[in-house]
Amino acid sequence: MEHASPSFWNIFQKKHKVIHCEAGGPPEIEIRDLTVAYPRNTVISELTCHFNVPSLWAIVGPNGGGKSTLLRTLLGLQKPTTGKVIFRGFCPCDVAYLAQQNQLDRRFPLTVGDTIAMGLFREVGIFRRYTKEQRGKMQAALEQVGLASFAKTPLQALSGGQFQRVLFARLILQDAPVIFLDEPFTGVDTRTIADLIKLVHVWVQEKRLVIAVLHDTALVNEHFPNTLLLARQFYREGATEKVLTKTNIESMIETSQAWEAMIGEGPHG
Amino acid sequence: MVDFFISPFADYIFLRRALMACMALALGCGPVGVLLVLRRMSLMGDALSHAILPGAAIGFLIGGLSLPAMGLGGFIVGFIVASLSGVISRFTILNEDASFAGFYLISLALGVLIISTQGSQVDLMHILFGTILAVDNTSLFMVTGITTFTLCILAIIYRPLLIECFDPGFLRVIGGWGGMYHFLFLVLVALNLVAAFQALGTLMALGMMMLPAVSSRLWARHVWSLFLFSSFFAVLSGYFGLLLSYHLEWPSGPSIILMAGLIYAISLFIAPFGALKRQQGRD
Repeated sequence: MEHASPSFWNIFQKKHKVIHCEAGGPPEIEIRDLTVAYPRNTVISELTCHFNVPSLWAIVGPNGGGKSTLLRTLLGLQKPTTGKVIFRGFCPCDVAYLAQQNQLDRRFPLTVGDTIAMGLFREVGIFRRYTKEQRGKMQAALEQVGLASFAKTPLQALSGGQFQRVLFARLILQDAPVIFLDEPFTGVDTRTIADLIKLVHVWVQEKRLVIAVLHDTALVNEHFPNTLLLARQFYREGATEKVLTKTNIESMIETSQAWEAMIGEGPHG
Repeated sequence: MVDFFISPFADYIFLRRALMACMALALGCGPVGVLLVLRRMSLMGDALSHAILPGAAIGFLIGGLSLPAMGLGGFIVGFIVASLSGVISRFTILNEDASFAGFYLISLALGVLIISTQGSQVDLMHILFGTILAVDNTSLFMVTGITTFTLCILAIIYRPLLIECFDPGFLRVIGGWGGMYHFLFLVLVALNLVAAFQALGTLMALGMMMLPAVSSRLWARHVWSLFLFSSFFAVLSGYFGLLLSYHLEWPSGPSIILMAGLIYAISLFIAPFGALKRQQGRD
């Protein structure tokens, strides 16, 4: 949420140098004893888990449970209180990130083509023209998300689902080995969800790591082999069928109710 | 016709200078205003433009009614205020817009106080409402210099700046220096406000940026065409504003801004994305 508003102070905010990179070993993200605390509350406490590359992970949990904080920490935008994040076999700039859709202004005067071209920014830099090959890639990405004839369409003419398809096309062009998706299917029609999930599976087949924050547990059960259930101090990680059990979900609800009660009492105590 | 539209500028050198200053101003403020609107930072622009006043007042105390002295003072103080309110919103419960409002009221009061105690009532009017008819060569060079600088910088950082406007998180994640582009853009806003304040005064300096920019949004759907429309509208309002102020003996600043306002009002009715056209499209 925070980085959406162009706050003056944010310009001084750099990526925290909290992510350690190691060259050797099979590519993976290792999170070791990670604790992230804001002044008044601890959002993530002593989280330890591994995300192998390639694999497909869902992060599930109640609001305020630390899902977005975890993603922000993995992106280097949030400094952990203690613990370590280690990237093996790739560096933080190899991560592609899809923010929540409501952070973007859909009436911004750009065309679909302009928007997906951002995915090539690291390749082309500030001045260079797009080569024929790159234009070919853009068209291919558009075809992959089912928007082949939309390159010249302005963003404001798109539906919510089409807009999300555009952002996925941008992710395709970024060609990153690690992809984070923050609630990618919220406010998106079912047909688009089905198409985009197919795309996510293609990414995993292409040996990428995809981590998605999701709300819909039915969707997770059906499509995501691994899940991290996160509700502040309570967490479970592993194969989805072992994580999304009734007992785990009940204890998740219990812990989240406990801290919601605390917040309720907060102003008085 | 010629008498009405051209002769005033042919006859009087001060009007010619004023017109040139307006044109230069329009070319710089047009694009900057569009970006300000797209970033939803019009309030930030408002705060910056008022924050310029005490700085300009201090510059006025030191250098008298000279644009470079007042401009430099305004630029520095404007920037300090912008950073301070950013810091305050970060460390207190106040939102950025609230702390901006607080700061710009204080700056406005402070500026008016300094000028009215140290200068005359006339000086105060000049600084608040502009003295475009008194543009001399130095200020003309300054305004054109600022415009040139603005357009060059915008040309250089166009692509990343647009990405930063549309999706700041994206640029940060892919390792672009998002912060630097944001900072450079703020410098450009402050510079253009300083340039505009001799012509329009600190109270209305922002008008040359905002009004043409919001009007252009009703005409165009691409950033480059928004820039063109916005600059064009700014040039038009500068020219007709000066013309009106000459023929009707109106003060120049308000005439220019009112012309910009008129263009906005007309655009609302006849522009392709204006209020009327939109309704027709729905039917």
